[in-house]
Amino acid sequence: MIPLSWYLILAAILFGVGLFGVLARKNVIAILLGIELMLNAVNINLLAFWRYLTPEDVTGQIFTVMVFVVAAAEVAVGLALVISVWRRRATAYADELDLLKW
Amino acid sequence: MQGFDPVFAVSEWLRELLLGWGASELVTRVTLQFIGAFVVGMGIMLIFVVLTWVERKGAARFQDRIGPNRVGPYGVIQPIADALKMLTKEDTRPKGADAFSYVLAPIVAVFSVLMAWAVIPFTEKWIGADLSVGILYIAAVGSFSIVAVMMAGWSSNNKYSLIGAFRGVAQLISYEVPLFLSLLVPVFLARSMGVNSIVNAQGAENGGVWFILMAPLAAIIYFVSSMAEVGRAPFDLLEAESELVAGYHVEYSGIKFGLFQAAEFLHSFTFAALMAILFFGGWRGPGPDVWYLQLFWFFLKTSVFYLMIIWSRLTFPRVRIDQLMNLNWKFMVPVSLILLMGMPLIEYAARGADNWVRVASHSSFNIVLFVVSFALAARSDRKTQTRERVRFEGRPVAVMPKTPAAEEEPAA
Amino acid sequence: MEPIQIVFLIGAALVVVSAVMVVTRRNLIHAALYLILTLFGVAVIFVLLQAYYWAVIQVVVYIGAIAILIIMAIMVTRDVTGETVEPFNRNLIGAALLGVMAAGVLIWSLSDWPGFSALAPAAETGEIVVQDLGVQLFSAEGYLLPTILASVLLLAALIAAIRIAFPNETEEDN
Repeated sequence: MIPLSWYLILAAILFGVGLFGVLARKNVIAILLGIELMLNAVNINLLAFWRYLTPEDVTGQIFTVMVFVVAAAEVAVGLALVISVWRRRATAYADELDLLKW
Repeated sequence: MQGFDPVFAVSEWLRELLLGWGASELVTRVTLQFIGAFVVGMGIMLIFVVLTWVERKGAARFQDRIGPNRVGPYGVIQPIADALKMLTKEDTRPKGADAFSYVLAPIVAVFSVLMAWAVIPFTEKWIGADLSVGILYIAAVGSFSIVAVMMAGWSSNNKYSLIGAFRGVAQLISYEVPLFLSLLVPVFLARSMGVNSIVNAQGAENGGVWFILMAPLAAIIYFVSSMAEVGRAPFDLLEAESELVAGYHVEYSGIKFGLFQAAEFLHSFTFAALMAILFFGGWRGPGPDVWYLQLFWFFLKTSVFYLMIIWSRLTFPRVRIDQLMNLNWKFMVPVSLILLMGMPLIEYAARGADNWVRVASHSSFNIVLFVVSFALAARSDRKTQTRERVRFEGRPVAVMPKTPAAEEEPAA
Repeated sequence: MEPIQIVFLIGAALVVVSAVMVVTRRNLIHAALYLILTLFGVAVIFVLLQAYYWAVIQVVVYIGAIAILIIMAIMVTRDVTGETVEPFNRNLIGAALLGVMAAGVLIWSLSDWPGFSALAPAAETGEIVVQDLGVQLFSAEGYLLPTILASVLLLAALIAAIRIAFPNETEEDN
C-alpha cells in the first residue's frame, strides 16, 4: 500500500519545479509549460485527497473538472496571446514585452 | 458460454505450469498478462502483413491490373518479400535531424495503434482489459498518433515534412471533434463506456437490435471522420504526393518507414473493428455463441469495413483543404451535436414505450436529420459552386484566392 | 517493498525527471515533448490512485489537445531551438531557491498533519464513480452551477482565443 504522503510529496516537488519554470524562463510558452506542471501537481493532490479521505464523495473530482477546464481555457487564451504578440512584436520573450514599463 | 475455449485452456495450463515451478501468484499473473499482450500485439502486426496483400491486390483490381503475382500463388508471400526489402534497406537520417524525436516518432505511431487493441473484444471472453472507460481509452491512445505526426514532421528537418505535419495536425485535431461526438452516441445508447458492455447492449436486452438501426447517421459520421483521422484518401492531404512528396514521413526510409506504413494500415483496421463493435454488434451474429463463430463474425464485419475503406480510398478524388475543413466544421460537427442533443430527448420521450417504438423513433430521427442536413448542405454547396464557377471560369485553382477585391488591390 | 510501491516510484521518477527537463531544456520543442512525458507519468499516478477515468481524461485533454497546441504555437513563433538566447532570465537563482522552498515548505507543513501517512480506505472505484460524477455534475442539488460556469468560461475562452489570434486587416499594415 502506498501512503498518502508519497503522493503529496510528489505533488509538492512537481509544484516546485513548475514554479521554478514560471519564474526563471524567458520564453512565454516556457512559462505556460511551467503553469501546466503546477496545475498537474494540483490535480494529483485533489485526486489523492479524494481517494484517501473522501472516496464516497465526488467533491474532489468536481474540483479536478474545474482544474481541467481552467487549464484548457488558459492554454487557449495564452497561446492566442503569444501568437498575437508574435505577430505584432516578433518576440516571444517575456522581458522584451516592456512597453508598459517606465 | 459453454464448452472448450482454447485461450482459457492454454492460459490455465501455463498458470499451472508456472505455479508448479514455484512462481508466486503475482509473478504468474504478470507473466501471463505480458504473454497475452505480446500475443495480441504480434497477432495484430501479422494482420498488417495480410492487409498489405489485400490492399495491393484490391488496388490492382480497381485499376484493372493484376497486382503482385510473382511470389507464391496469387502473390500471397509478397508482403514477406516487402518486409525483407524494408528491413534490409539503408536506414538514413537527414542531416540536422533531431535524433531523439526522429527515432521515437515511428515507434509512437505504432504504439498508439497497438494500445487500442487492449480493450477490443474479439469474442465474448477474449478481451485484453475490460475497462469501464474503454471508449475514452481508445480516444486517448488515438491522440498519440497526432504526437507522432508532429514529432516526425518537425524532427526530419525538411520543409515538406513540416508542412505535411502542420496540415496533418490541423486535420486530425479537427476531425477528432465529430469522431468523439459520434462515439458518444453508442455510449449513450448502451449507458456505458466499456467496449464489451456496448457489444452486450446490442444483444438480447436491446431486442437484438444493432445500433446501426438506431443511429445510422452517427455511424456515417463516425465512418467518414475515422477515414479522415487515419489520413487516407480521399482525406490524404497530409501526404499529398503531388504537393508535399509524402508529407511528414518523407525523410523516413527502411524499417522506420515500414512502421509508419504499419501504423496507417492498422489504424484503418482498428477503426473498421470499432465500427463493427460500436454499430454492428461486434462478435454477435447468427448461430450459437461459441468462440469460433464469434471470432468469425467479428473478423468478417471488420474486414467488410476495411474493404469499404479501401474502396472509398480508390474511388474518390482527394478533397481540397478548404473543402475538408468546411465539411468538418460546417457540416459534421453541427450535425453530430444536434444528433447528440436530440437522441436523449427522444429516449426520454419514448421511456416506458415498447422497444420497437424506441428503435423506430431513434432511427426515424436519424433519417430525418440525415435528409434535412444533406438537403441544406447540397443547397448551400450548389450556391457556392455557382459562385466559384462564375469567378474562376476557365482556370484550374488549387487553393482559392481570398476575394476578388483583395486580388485587384495591388493593381489599383 | 511491495510491487505497487515500485511502480509508484518509477512513475514518480518519470514525472519529476521529465518535469525538470521541461523547465531546463533550451530547445522548446524538446521541453514540450518532455511535457508530454510528464503528463503521461501523471496519468500513471492517476491509475495508481484508481482514478481510471481521470487518467484517460488526462491523456485526452492534456496530451491530445493542450500539448499539441503548445507544440504548434512553438513552431509558429519561430525561435524554437533557442541556441542563441539564454533561456533563463536573471531570476534564475532566486527562482530555484523559491521552487525548492515552495516544495520544502509544503512537505514540511503537511508532515505535522495526522492524516499525512494515511492509507487508502477500501472504496468503490469502478464505473459507479463515473456515473455518480456525471449525475452530480448535472443535478441542481449537486454541482450544476459550477458546471454551467465552467462551460461559460470555456466558451468565453474559445471566443477570446479566436478574436485575439485572428489577424485583422488593420494590424497587418503596421
